[in-house]
Amino acid sequence: MNHLSELFSIASLLLAMDRETLALIWFIILAVLLTGYAILDGFDLGVGILHPFVARTDEQRRLVMNSIGPLWDGNEVWLVTFGGALFAAFPEAYATVFSSFYLAFMLLLCALIARAVSLEFRSKVTSPSWRRIWDGLFFFGSTLATFLFGLAVGNLMLGLELDANFEFQGTLTQLLNPFSIATGILSLLAFALHGSIFLYLKTEGELQQSLRPVIWKLYVLFAIGFVMISIWTAITIPRATETLNQSPLLWIVPMLNVLALLNISRTLYRRQEAAAFISSSCMIAAFVFLFITALHPFLVPASNNASYGLTIVTAASSQTTLTIMLWIAIIGMPCVLTYSAIIYWTFRGKVQLDEHSY
Amino acid sequence: MELDIVLLSRIQFALTIMFHYLFPPLSIGLGIILVYLGGQSLRTGDPVYRQAQQFWTRIFALNFAVGVASGIVMEFQFGTNWSTYSRFVGDVFGSALAAEGIFAFFLESGFLAVLVFGWNRVGPKMHFFSTCMVSLGSIFSSVWIVIANSWQQTPAGSEIVPMTRQVLDDNGNLMLNEAGEAITKPWIIDGVPVMRAEVTDFWSMIFNPSTVHRLTHVLLGCFIMGAFFVLSISAWYLLKDRHQEFAKRSLKGALWLAAVCSIAIAVTGHRQAQNVYHYQPAKLATFEGHFESDGPADLTLFGIPDAAQETVHWKVAIPGALSFMVHDDLKFQTPVIGLDQIRPEDRPPMWIPFITWRLMIGIGSFFIVLTLFSLWKLKRNSLFETRWLLWIFAVSVVPAVIANQAGWVAAEVGRQPWIVHPSIIRNDVGEPLLDAEGFIQYERTTATMPDGSTVSRYAGLRTEDGVSKAVKAEHVAASIVMFLFIYVLLGAVWVYVLNKKIQHGPDDHGIPEATPKNEPPGSSDFVDAAVRRHLMDSEESEHSRSAS
Repeated sequence: MNHLSELFSIASLLLAMDRETLALIWFIILAVLLTGYAILDGFDLGVGILHPFVARTDEQRRLVMNSIGPLWDGNEVWLVTFGGALFAAFPEAYATVFSSFYLAFMLLLCALIARAVSLEFRSKVTSPSWRRIWDGLFFFGSTLATFLFGLAVGNLMLGLELDANFEFQGTLTQLLNPFSIATGILSLLAFALHGSIFLYLKTEGELQQSLRPVIWKLYVLFAIGFVMISIWTAITIPRATETLNQSPLLWIVPMLNVLALLNISRTLYRRQEAAAFISSSCMIAAFVFLFITALHPFLVPASNNASYGLTIVTAASSQTTLTIMLWIAIIGMPCVLTYSAIIYWTFRGKVQLDEHSY
Repeated sequence: MELDIVLLSRIQFALTIMFHYLFPPLSIGLGIILVYLGGQSLRTGDPVYRQAQQFWTRIFALNFAVGVASGIVMEFQFGTNWSTYSRFVGDVFGSALAAEGIFAFFLESGFLAVLVFGWNRVGPKMHFFSTCMVSLGSIFSSVWIVIANSWQQTPAGSEIVPMTRQVLDDNGNLMLNEAGEAITKPWIIDGVPVMRAEVTDFWSMIFNPSTVHRLTHVLLGCFIMGAFFVLSISAWYLLKDRHQEFAKRSLKGALWLAAVCSIAIAVTGHRQAQNVYHYQPAKLATFEGHFESDGPADLTLFGIPDAAQETVHWKVAIPGALSFMVHDDLKFQTPVIGLDQIRPEDRPPMWIPFITWRLMIGIGSFFIVLTLFSLWKLKRNSLFETRWLLWIFAVSVVPAVIANQAGWVAAEVGRQPWIVHPSIIRNDVGEPLLDAEGFIQYERTTATMPDGSTVSRYAGLRTEDGVSKAVKAEHVAASIVMFLFIYVLLGAVWVYVLNKKIQHGPDDHGIPEATPKNEPPGSSDFVDAAVRRHLMDSEESEHSRSAS
């Protein structure tokens, strides 16, 4: 015990940073966790959205589900860890956001539960009507969850109606505004595109061939949506580009975003599916990054009275907690990346059904 | 009618946590059983172990999926329903939750993939390693969550401090001082400083006074849960004359585990109760239905507690026994703090803790008797022939679930009216310091205002002050209905699928190729029909046996 705390205090000296710097580091770590979540659960949510459209036979449906079978659970942990890290590093923001989106988050929980159990239950009984129910819930859960994430992102970009205590003052109908619905739809397209490329990577034969037209359609739709939302944001939310203008070097990110988008079509055309998947992952990463820079220096901007906005530093935990958490992240994240690498390596290659599959 | 948001939020939390807690103890308990089976299979190469491993893994995976699905709800709910509480505790409680994510969930969920889907993709050693990691992950998870909960019961390594906030102008820009740094000022709303708990000493927070007691008790409860789950299914197979070899071995192993853990949990439970008495005397007094602080304290076995009249009707008690249990006092004399020393507004509700406490202890004692008697029968080689005993085992999973749930209900309702329990003020020799009216005093924190005046508050948080201010009671009512609907369905489907797996049983001969998924479509219906036929046969033979 004493050794541990001695070790800990020596280490703390090496990492002695003030609360503002630590808060900014944690803001970036949260962005990393959110990026990890969006890339990883993004493709398996996308697979869920596409599932009824691309898989016709029962075998195809099982193949589609088993392409994410061993992976989705680990992917969802990124969300859980993001939630835990938000709670620990920015309790005020966690409390404000989660209570503001109360009913939306209850629906999100409902969607996540439906998705998780439909994967597990579907193939346990052979009756076709049983399987239809779970197929439906799998689609419903994936689609609703993705839409709600997009809705939350849109609303946070716009800002929430807050009081001086950072308590939400708005109503449910305010959350369903046109901009946020549009970002919800854009996230459906983004994840569906990402998921379709993942499926293309994991399948072969007839199923794989049937995916090509789907990917192209999604690609065009997504590109249109991407341009529209970008213009809409630039016009209506001036705050969104403020951070970029302050640090012009950051303009590289939106440029990378466009390049990644273009590279998806180039690599798809050349049938380099792995490169296409990496490009779409980069595109999602750039998206999350842009969302985060649009928020900075706020975690929750206020739409009614700008001075009520919840800033990163105001929302942050104490210096002690942020430092401890940084140590936890420094020790934990390499382990997490190692296991993830082991799991993805173990289940590499085209998906095949065996007696242990869903 | 005005809906009470505190009550509704508590009901929702109770509903969702109790449903969730059906699964993790089983995952933890089955996890160590899988490690044992995996190790034996690797060591001996005996196909029966591999067969058992595959069977219990399938059940483990099913259980795990519902556990994960219902677990995400818990993490969201602190923010959605208890946001004021989250603002107050986030600095302390949040770090334990985040650590759980990083250290436990990634480990668990990652290697679960190898455990469940990796049979043909990795070698047996890697598979065994993955089993160990999953089990370790599930135990880590319980460690962090019990730490977080224990800190709420017996806070340590933290202090309650006033907060500051950055100042913004009307355009939402940070106000800066001459040095170009953002200005922060004390955060005061309506003359009251906003305060929260912050970590001062991480290791004292982790090893707060009740962590170790509670963790050992919880983990033993989980092992008992796993053991009785295996005992139930194995006993049922024996009664139905199926999978004899598999069932006998499983039953023997699980019986030993159940016996050892049942005795150990009584010891840790006793120690933990003494710990509760020291730090949360109101809770223990409520458990025991103990009202009068003077004189030797009787141990109430049964009775009807009456909080209003401060007495227990129809009381059956052992004189002085509570003095002995709490203080290890062989003279059965030392007084025990009763509810008469707790201010009425600081007392927990009476009925729920009083009953659940007795349920837990009653079931625990029953398990000790049951397992010891069965081990004696096993030694005399007559266990597998004693059908009435096997029937008790076949249903014993139900009391195991009830005991696990009841223990937590007692612990959590007994903490009321506090969501974060403040420490008790003590004198130099460590005894609680009573106020002028003879009541126990809880610690307070004071904050100095900018004008030099001071404001004082409890060094804890009342449950009623923890709910979300931005959420409407009707919304909580709606979400309760939603969860009820989902959980009833989910529970029913889980039982249905579990039953199917149990009916199907382990794959005999332990050859993976013989599983139904590789058979032509419709074949599992055939298997079901065969099972049903078999069942009817065995039921008939039972009838004829009892008839003769």
